[in-house]
Amino acid sequence: MSIEVLAPGLLTTVQDGGRFGHAAIGVGTAGAMDAVALRLANALVGNAADAAGLECTLRGPRLRFAHDVLIALTGAAADARCGDRAVPAWRPVALRAGSELAIGTIRRGARAYLAVGGGIGGARVLGSRSRDLNAELGGAALRAGEVLPIGTDDGALSPAARASLLGRWLRQARDGVAAAPWSIDPGPWFDADPARPLRAVVGTHFAHLDAASRRALFDAAFRIGADSNRVGLRLEGTRLALEEPLELVSEGVVPGTVQLPPSGDPIVLMAEAPTVGGYPRIAHVIEVDRPRLAQRRPGERVRFVEVSLGEAQTRYLERERALAALDRTIRERLQ
Amino acid sequence: MDPVRIEALGDAALLIRLGERIDATQNTRALAVAAALRAARLPEVRDVAPAYASVCLRYDPAAWVSAGATPFAALAARAGTLVENVATPTEPATPPVEIPVCYGGEHGPDLAALAAHAGLDPAEVVARHVAVRYRVAMLGFAPGFPYLLGLDPALAMPRRASPRTRVPAGSVAIGGAQTGIYPRATPGGWNLIGRTPLALFDAARTPPALLAPGQYLRFRAIDAAEFARLAR
Repeated sequence: MSIEVLAPGLLTTVQDGGRFGHAAIGVGTAGAMDAVALRLANALVGNAADAAGLECTLRGPRLRFAHDVLIALTGAAADARCGDRAVPAWRPVALRAGSELAIGTIRRGARAYLAVGGGIGGARVLGSRSRDLNAELGGAALRAGEVLPIGTDDGALSPAARASLLGRWLRQARDGVAAAPWSIDPGPWFDADPARPLRAVVGTHFAHLDAASRRALFDAAFRIGADSNRVGLRLEGTRLALEEPLELVSEGVVPGTVQLPPSGDPIVLMAEAPTVGGYPRIAHVIEVDRPRLAQRRPGERVRFVEVSLGEAQTRYLERERALAALDRTIRERLQ
Repeated sequence: MDPVRIEALGDAALLIRLGERIDATQNTRALAVAAALRAARLPEVRDVAPAYASVCLRYDPAAWVSAGATPFAALAARAGTLVENVATPTEPATPPVEIPVCYGGEHGPDLAALAAHAGLDPAEVVARHVAVRYRVAMLGFAPGFPYLLGLDPALAMPRRASPRTRVPAGSVAIGGAQTGIYPRATPGGWNLIGRTPLALFDAARTPPALLAPGQYLRFRAIDAAEFARLAR
């Protein structure tokens, strides 16, 4: 079982739930930038939540599937097609062996996710199949001609149950494409509206910002810099400054940490965040809003609104409950 | 001993800060705390990473729900109790790891500039660089990159005004008052004084990192012929 990469798209990578447990040797987690979108794509094809899928940035790849396959697209809105058929997102879709899927240009948001039943396979590096481009771990961005093995990761569907479902769906399929008659509502899980502020908690060094910068962090608008990537998003347009320079000892940083380098342009660390940093930590984008930030495109605006740590963790617990409930619903529908 | 402070690092990580100084005592304590936290196998604590004088924990808040406290407060209380009971260990007397380095020439293009900056001749820079036993305080910045304690202050030199776009893997460098080794080819702004043929990081090796926090190392000067032999 495999996928052939006919055209790689602008920047397409294999990502899973992340490479945890190796921060002590300087290895960050990587994993999907919009981790919720990947989790939902996996749920829709009956995979384990942390199975590997494809993260497609701004323009998606063209792929050929050697075998019948169950796929799901989530995250940013793309013009996915299989031959003449539009391939709808946020639902499972069965494709017949030999199908060519073109994910196309992303119209809204920045990153679309493709899950395939069984997950992307191949060897794990330090426990994960995620490709950490900056650390050069697990592989590079997809290239034309690359062949991706399909794995046998079990979630809600065993390989046998998935094969049986594919057989039933494809028997009635026109053009070798059979989309489920149901879908999940992307509303709570995809938001690329740049006008909506992102929630953040203040960081250890927020109090060291000068008074104007303390106000500006939560009042002013920033713009996502063109040199942003999976390591971090550079925020431009509003420079921030410290009251006086800080001599800091390098300490742990994590995805979501907002650092202030001497240039005054804040950087929000993302999936490929380094494990330690020596710049002031002025804020942290909260866990539930990091997927939303991952869907902002270079040039788009970002505003922050301050929330308390308690509020941030309450929202996180609510999200996990909502995802668990949705996961149960999807499992029932796939039976 | 400085008081221990536990602070949130966003809503899914926390930092246990043992002090603000960079020295071997603080670092020994940070490593002992990290080891104790790992051994405690706290629920859904997914990463435990020591730095110079702190330990970073990443956790799933959903595993730390309790009545009347935030997940952060619940984990901080548990971690705080563990930290209080960590005895500051005595340093084990293991011999330092030896790192062969070819100084100067094509492998250390900034050696002459650093010597001029320090007011020493290049041979004296090398002599001072190999004279010291360095402590690996932590690994970070890139997989396997060692932050070392012990550089002779006479060898300190500010970073280059414009970083190189590519520093070869194994380059031994000085940036400010720190010395380190680039595990792989990356852009970098430190001054390159030499290069080791050893691989500092290899994901396929067990363990992947050549060095571990708390270890000591010494540099040994080798010539270009030995570098070529060892690099094979």
